[in-house]
Amino acid sequence: MSFKKVLIDNKSLIALLLLMGAVSLYSPNFLTVDNLLNVLRQTSINAIIALGITYVILTAGIDLSVGSVLALSGAVCASLLAADTPLIVAFMATLFVGGMLGAANGVVISFFGVQPFIATLVGMTMLRGATLVFTDGRPISTGDFEVAEAFYQLGGGYVAGIPVPILLAAAVFGVGWLVLNRTAFGRYVYAIGGNEQVTLIAGINVRRVKIVVYMLSGAMAALAGMILTARLESAQPTAGLGYELDAIAAVVLGGTSLMGGRGTLIGTLIGALIIGVLNNALNLMDVSSYYQQIAKGGVILLAVVVDSRVKSR
Amino acid sequence: MSELLRLEAVSKSFSGNRVLDEVSFSLFRGSVLALAGENGAGKSTLMKVITGLYTCEAGQVLYRGDIVSFDNPRHAMDAGIAIIHQELNLLPNLSVTENIFLGRELRNGFGLLRSAEMIAATETLLAKLKQTIDPKALVGSLSLAQQQMVEIAKALSFEAEVIIMDEPTDALSDVETRVLFEVVANLKLQGKGLIFISHRLEEIFELCDQVAILRDGKMVHVGPTREINEQELIRHMVGRELSDRYPYAAVPKGDLRLQAEGLCAPGISDISFDAHAGEVIGFSGLIGAGRTELAHALYGVAELFAGRIMVEGAERRLTSPQDGVAAGIAYVSEDRKGEGLIQIHSLKSNMTLGTVRKFCSALGLLDLAKESRAVEQFVDAFAIKASGHDMPVQQMSGGNQQKVSLAKSLMAEPRILILDEPTRGVDVGAKREIYAQIQSLKEKGLCILLMSSDLPEVLGISDRVLVLSRGRLTASFTREEASQEKIMQAAIA
Ligand SMILES: Nc1ncnc2c1ncn2[C@@H]1O[C@H](COP(=O)(O)OP(=O)(O)OP(=O)(O)O)[C@@H](O)[C@H]1O
Ligand SMILES: [Mg+2]
Repeated sequence: MSFKKVLIDNKSLIALLLLMGAVSLYSPNFLTVDNLLNVLRQTSINAIIALGITYVILTAGIDLSVGSVLALSGAVCASLLAADTPLIVAFMATLFVGGMLGAANGVVISFFGVQPFIATLVGMTMLRGATLVFTDGRPISTGDFEVAEAFYQLGGGYVAGIPVPILLAAAVFGVGWLVLNRTAFGRYVYAIGGNEQVTLIAGINVRRVKIVVYMLSGAMAALAGMILTARLESAQPTAGLGYELDAIAAVVLGGTSLMGGRGTLIGTLIGALIIGVLNNALNLMDVSSYYQQIAKGGVILLAVVVDSRVKSR
Repeated sequence: MSELLRLEAVSKSFSGNRVLDEVSFSLFRGSVLALAGENGAGKSTLMKVITGLYTCEAGQVLYRGDIVSFDNPRHAMDAGIAIIHQELNLLPNLSVTENIFLGRELRNGFGLLRSAEMIAATETLLAKLKQTIDPKALVGSLSLAQQQMVEIAKALSFEAEVIIMDEPTDALSDVETRVLFEVVANLKLQGKGLIFISHRLEEIFELCDQVAILRDGKMVHVGPTREINEQELIRHMVGRELSDRYPYAAVPKGDLRLQAEGLCAPGISDISFDAHAGEVIGFSGLIGAGRTELAHALYGVAELFAGRIMVEGAERRLTSPQDGVAAGIAYVSEDRKGEGLIQIHSLKSNMTLGTVRKFCSALGLLDLAKESRAVEQFVDAFAIKASGHDMPVQQMSGGNQQKVSLAKSLMAEPRILILDEPTRGVDVGAKREIYAQIQSLKEKGLCILLMSSDLPEVLGISDRVLVLSRGRLTASFTREEASQEKIMQAAIA
């Protein structure tokens, strides 16, 4: 009875372990420290975006604009660095830009009552356009100043043998978990998704919480954008295309309900890892990138179907 | 008298927790069976076993002599067993007619809806209940009591043989209850069998032929109603004597807390009154009289068209519940599901929803132990029955949910407390605890506005009674002046 409950409660984790087991049988290179660090590094961008989206989905919202926010803030960051802006200033300014773009989504949603799906779909389109305008459709190099060198560490550096993106993701998840589980704000996030009317009647400033949540999602996309830009030493106008889907898939695989009010960040982390391992496995197996998309979609579908089966028992 | 329905040694557990323990009883044609018991005794669960929402692990259900086991309530309905659930099950964004005909819409030869016919049928159904609700109105726009009447109309429309009513009157005022009772008397004459669940004991004695009493999942008494009196009924329910159902003592009136001057808002017009610290003011009236609307205006849920609200001498513009909270006002909604509690969340996070900040350190981090202690206090004080602080509210019995709702508002230590049907669905013993709480809050100098459709309750614990009718204040009585007749008269004025 309780053993079954343990199984059901940890089904994402079990799925991840099974997947890893299967992959390691197929490819002996999988379970090497280098490859695992590689998987983690590749997962960290998606995980950071998915963290922001988890907050949004917990309030029963959705954020489709993260890919475009990522691209635009990456471009902003690259051009700041190219103009020899001090690292910390460029970093904070980029986070701020991402946060403000997200907050704009939040304002449209909570003050004008636009459905989150529509509001962020519009945001996704407009911001992609804005990125193309801003970059003139060409990559922006981070430039040749010393600051660009330092900035590269954000995406390509190591601390104590661990890639910096992994450390960043770990830090962000630590703080994100604390905020969600140990602050009043975190409670409000869950409450809004659980029942917005009840939350409103309890005297909570629902609008403000929602705006902050979308702001957070934007800021996380900007952070992800900086990691990507750092690694490539340039910002691509088409960066982040389709990233929102991988992030949403991670959240859903992690057991967070799209109806809001239920879910965990740990789950999201596991969900992101499942996608990361899957990508890695398909690469190790030399599956062409066209087939990879089909395979990935199939696995996600399978996971969600199994999940709803288990729940409806 | 022929037997319609028989339960034999029915048992049911939730995750190892036995909720029904070998329950047996019979229901006969042309009779009404009362099912009584404390909150969480298992009444609703038993009804859900009958209608196939839950399956029992042991025992059997016999319907017209045959063993039945329905897969879902729809099948039970088709076989002739209709149920009015305790928690309303209507879809707020559909109209009254659409709700009543959901899943069995009338269609013409082309498969198109015969709307006019369905609307007319709905009108007839509602007319039987003396309701003038527009069949095309969205259910979400109706008051809770009106929704309850729609739910009743829906159950009647199946023309079932067995009709189960799980606390149908808990949101109704006397007049509507009277109408329902007439309808029930009619159904009895037609030879139907009814099961009636209520925490208003007067109703059980008035309406029911048989009474069955559940305690902790066991059937402790079944017999004719006329062979038992209220004291005995209560003793069977709670396992002890209960003296003095309405504890009351006057306390010296304190300072002027709340002044309402000519309040006009949706559903109310020109309402003025004063309320003091250490005072309980009861608001009585029929369905749609404007009690909830008044509560909403006073708490900031609805904005005023005209008039002003003064709290402790200072004018307050209340434009949202946040303003209400800031003014020291707390509000317990009559609508647990829609406004009171987040059903999928735990007892704990519901109880501290509005007050979590109190449990945060200077850094903004929650002190879970401190929160837990505060929650424990209320769980104890209200004898809330739950498997733990993490139990999702939706798994708790209705009455226990109500207690959580009340505790949630008291967590904020308000100066003015607005209670809208605070004992909806609460059992006798717990009601008494709530009244005792109200009394002690009053002694501590709280100003309490009690909106209630339960007249004995209003008369029992109020210092003053104000009566609303069609959104206006029609009478004001002191405790000594107030009587059932006078209030009813003012209510239909
Ligand atoms: N789905 C569920 N999962 C776990 N426990 C449940 C579930 N439904 C009910 N219970 C538990 O079963 C017990 C009986 O609940 P039930 O709703 O039948 O009580 P009740 O007699 O109808 O009470 P009330 O008068 O408050 O409506 C309660 O302790 C409740 O917490
Ligand atoms: Mg019940």
